[in-house]
Amino acid sequence: MSLFAVPDFSEFQSLLHSPTTTDVEAVLQKDKLHINDLATLLSPAAGEMLPALALRSAAITSQRFGHVIQMYAPVYVSSFCNNNCVYCGFSAENKIARRMLSLDEAEVEMNILADRGFSHVLLVSGEAPGKVGVAYLAELARRTRDRFAALTIEVQPLSSADYCTLFEAGITGVAVYQETYDRAVYEQVHLAGKKADYDYRLETPARAAEAGMREVGIGALMGLSDWRSEGLVLGMHLAWLRKHFWRTNVSVSFPRMRPAEGAYEPPLPAGEKELTQLLFALRIFDWDVGLVLSTREEERYRNGMIGLGPTRYSAGSCTAPGGYANPEIEGEQFSVGDHRDLQEVCASIRLKNHDPVCKDWDATFQKGF
Amino acid sequence: MIISCNGRERHLQAGTTVTGLLAELQLNPQTVVVECNKTIIDPKEYDALVLPEDAQVELIRFVGGG
Amino acid sequence: MLKIADKTFRSRLFGGTGKFSSSAVMNEALASSGAEMVTVALRRVDLEDPDDDIMSVLDRERYWFLPNTAGARNAEEAIRLAHLARAVGGTNWLKLEVTPDPRTLLPDPVETLKATEILVKEGFIVLPYMNADPILSLRLQDAGAATVMPLGAPIGTNQGILMRSMIEIIIEQAQVPVVVDAGLGAPSHAAAAMEMGADAVLVNTAIAVAGDPVAMGRAFGLAVEAGRMAYEAVLGASGKHAAPSSPEVGLEFLK
Repeated sequence: MSLFAVPDFSEFQSLLHSPTTTDVEAVLQKDKLHINDLATLLSPAAGEMLPALALRSAAITSQRFGHVIQMYAPVYVSSFCNNNCVYCGFSAENKIARRMLSLDEAEVEMNILADRGFSHVLLVSGEAPGKVGVAYLAELARRTRDRFAALTIEVQPLSSADYCTLFEAGITGVAVYQETYDRAVYEQVHLAGKKADYDYRLETPARAAEAGMREVGIGALMGLSDWRSEGLVLGMHLAWLRKHFWRTNVSVSFPRMRPAEGAYEPPLPAGEKELTQLLFALRIFDWDVGLVLSTREEERYRNGMIGLGPTRYSAGSCTAPGGYANPEIEGEQFSVGDHRDLQEVCASIRLKNHDPVCKDWDATFQKGF
Repeated sequence: MIISCNGRERHLQAGTTVTGLLAELQLNPQTVVVECNKTIIDPKEYDALVLPEDAQVELIRFVGGG
Repeated sequence: MLKIADKTFRSRLFGGTGKFSSSAVMNEALASSGAEMVTVALRRVDLEDPDDDIMSVLDRERYWFLPNTAGARNAEEAIRLAHLARAVGGTNWLKLEVTPDPRTLLPDPVETLKATEILVKEGFIVLPYMNADPILSLRLQDAGAATVMPLGAPIGTNQGILMRSMIEIIIEQAQVPVVVDAGLGAPSHAAAAMEMGADAVLVNTAIAVAGDPVAMGRAFGLAVEAGRMAYEAVLGASGKHAAPSSPEVGLEFLK
């Protein structure tokens, strides 16, 4: 199979910077968007037209998803990591107390979330295959799958065969973010570990989809490179995955860089307005893509965005392993911007005339259970 | 002897080969395929293959179609 | 250039060879249409008229023959016709048609998929005729079809692209060329299919039965070129969404 090829960022700068207000208005009238239209929506001209983008994004989101927001929470199972990613709180260079949950401890964390009402849990770990490997994840999935509608993972990239094993064990989705599609920047910020291999990471969503995963999540950190360019390549990656893996749904997350342990200053920080433009642009480009707004963002922002484009919210998240059972625990990956619990977030969603939904699938229907 | 050719009875001299049949019908072997008892005959065998009694022969070619 | 399997075509119009009033008219109409690929059917030799031979009429140096399995009612019959076509024409290209209902001649999705799977394994370049069903299209693609050929409307109805929404999805999703087949009754229909992003169209009846088939062949050839050019030039928006001049959505929460 052909691989997804990332063009050099210099190739599409004029597509991103030359559009005018008239160009943006024309794209907002279209139903089927070309990738060049996505560039138009990511342009500075479109940035001056956020209310118009919001209107279109909200109309599409309402038409395709109804007035519903899916809820999930992450469970951090390990902060051990072999990689040296200069921006990350879990980076191997950072002197933090590392912790890996035993299977029993992880189950306790997951039970706490089940009791709070969550049906979708995202299992997250640093990338240390010797610690959290396929056997650990498969066993945890087998132990807990009956209590959850969806179990997804955000761990080190794996092989297609490993993803098959995990799918059979009850894992339904895989999130793996490229961090940056800008190859030069990627190599500057991923100094060591398996993650230094740009291409292996880039091909991971395809491997997961090939293995039959119901959903793959992609994303790029906002702050490492030019966010407009990242957004355009994200759109290309999304369209490529759709074309090659029609059975797999795709979601996009928007990890906007916030302060972490190690105090890394993002070289090209992106603000809320930029995040908003990117999110609207992707929604208008792909009507059916899942758009995830995590607790990285603040309460005020997440409340404001309900109904405008995002389809999935996390709530009550703790990014340190064991943090649900032991709220005092330290060693988080990044600091959370929205500290409300699930009930509070759900209340805000209802206030905006939307229904917070904790599950949209039962893994028990999946073949092999 | 009698064979069926394109659904019609046809009298042939015993020992007639595929080549003989095509010649009798004035058909160009290049543009016709011969099926004998539901088996497609390789053109290399036309000279040697003697049609058996009661053979079901189909002579097929391209015609106009959409 | 249109590429199917490992062969390229300049013309995106495929011609049919049925229903013409004479071989001479057919030849002239195909020439004026610019078609490079033509479909042919398989039939018993008419022993009363043994000289009626399309292979002696059409120049195979000029036209790429695409035999069809017209008349097959199930996968088994289609496969038999495929083997005969390969033996007659020395070609492994095949327009797969499985049409159990003689009244509508609509394609049978189950038998078409079954025959595609088998014929691809046997080494055929399979171009299946199908209803405008996006999931069937993906299943045929996954089975190894070289193109998919959704119908624009029931064959012979000349109604144009009735299946527009479905064909749009098929085009958006396909990795193989999409050839709109059947139902195209006028050059404007062919142009519409090309503007939507179809890779090619197949036209037979509309040219063969026109008052002047030669002029109509040319008209279709031009329409296909125009439609393709328009698609590549990227059409402007049609302006059906609410004007964004007075947005109702507030973004005052943004920092």
